[in-house]
Amino acid sequence: MCSTCGCSDGAETRLTVFSGDHNIGHSHADDGHHHGDHHHDHSHEGHEHHHDHGEAHGHSHEEKPISRTLQLEQDILAKNNQLAEHNRGWLEGREIAAFNLMSSPGAGKTSLLERTIRELGTEIRICVVEGDQETTLDAQRIGATGCRAVQINTGSGCHLDAAMLSDALKRLKPPAGSVLMIENVGNLVCPALFDLGESAKVVIASVTEGEDKPLKYPYMFRLADLMLLNKIDLLPYVPFDVDRCIAYARQVNPALKVLQLSVLKGDGMEAWYSFLRERKAAQSVSA
Amino acid sequence: MHELAITESIVESVEDRVRGAKVLRVALVIGKLSGVVPNALRACFEICTEGTVMEGAALDIEETPGRARCRDCEAQVELLDTIALCPCGSANLAMLSGRELKIQSVEVI
Repeated sequence: MCSTCGCSDGAETRLTVFSGDHNIGHSHADDGHHHGDHHHDHSHEGHEHHHDHGEAHGHSHEEKPISRTLQLEQDILAKNNQLAEHNRGWLEGREIAAFNLMSSPGAGKTSLLERTIRELGTEIRICVVEGDQETTLDAQRIGATGCRAVQINTGSGCHLDAAMLSDALKRLKPPAGSVLMIENVGNLVCPALFDLGESAKVVIASVTEGEDKPLKYPYMFRLADLMLLNKIDLLPYVPFDVDRCIAYARQVNPALKVLQLSVLKGDGMEAWYSFLRERKAAQSVSA
Repeated sequence: MHELAITESIVESVEDRVRGAKVLRVALVIGKLSGVVPNALRACFEICTEGTVMEGAALDIEETPGRARCRDCEAQVELLDTIALCPCGSANLAMLSGRELKIQSVEVI
């Protein structure tokens, strides 16, 4: 995708399903791939198009064909958004609350999920979609907690899109009334633009990053419903100004909810669980 | 960022609509605050349209400025970037325009 980050059309997207620690299936999901469907059969080598419309019967005339303009007024992301709405309907119909977790690599998304599943998993059924460019390491980590997980490998792709989630849902089959965690590809840029059909977008920042992340990646922070500020146990050792970071984030998104926590030590996790419970309850009522 | 995916989406949508007709021109509306960089899009457009009915088509990009209404003082302000403030100091802005990502029209033959 990005000329900047070098990812391509995701033609090599792969899905792997994990249930507990059993890898119960692996597929090269090229069937579900939606970008590469262009008809590449070199339409016409020459430039002329033979117009075979009614009025040209019988004789060929050499006059220059007249072009016409079609007003499309179509959203460029319409296709993705349509699929995202389809996913949203599918999830809502099953009262599944879905959370799209986004951050830069290393902010603690997978650790957050591991702890959340360990501590909340007996109360709430949680399934996980893992997005990474390569490897099934994260889905294995999640699978080891006993949770059902599907790994999407985007190959050179730098974000998940609605079509990938749709394929993953078919494989994962999350049960009604559960919570679906979608761990997006570690990247603060591209995932911001692609709606997946989630109930809420959660961005995770950590105190080992710069406090100006919200200003540097405003699109991500503007669209998020919740910011988790992770690794607060390291605050005594790093020059990170929490208030400034939150002020920057609210400058981009005044409505942003912020929770501070340490996935490693457990501080602040209860507030995160309350957020999940609230959103899950809202999903049940709305459905 | 993501301009290649965006461009692929444009090519797919246009191909769906023109049903095999040769495309001479594609007109897009890209908001200045949409997160999409027109020059990156142009580069991707050439690559993505190769071998399609859009190969060689001209690409017109109209950039719409960012505008917002301040929820605190009701003023309308022009935004040069997504983290701008109203002159009254408020960051509580309702976006009015600038986030468009639209295929306006295509010229076909």
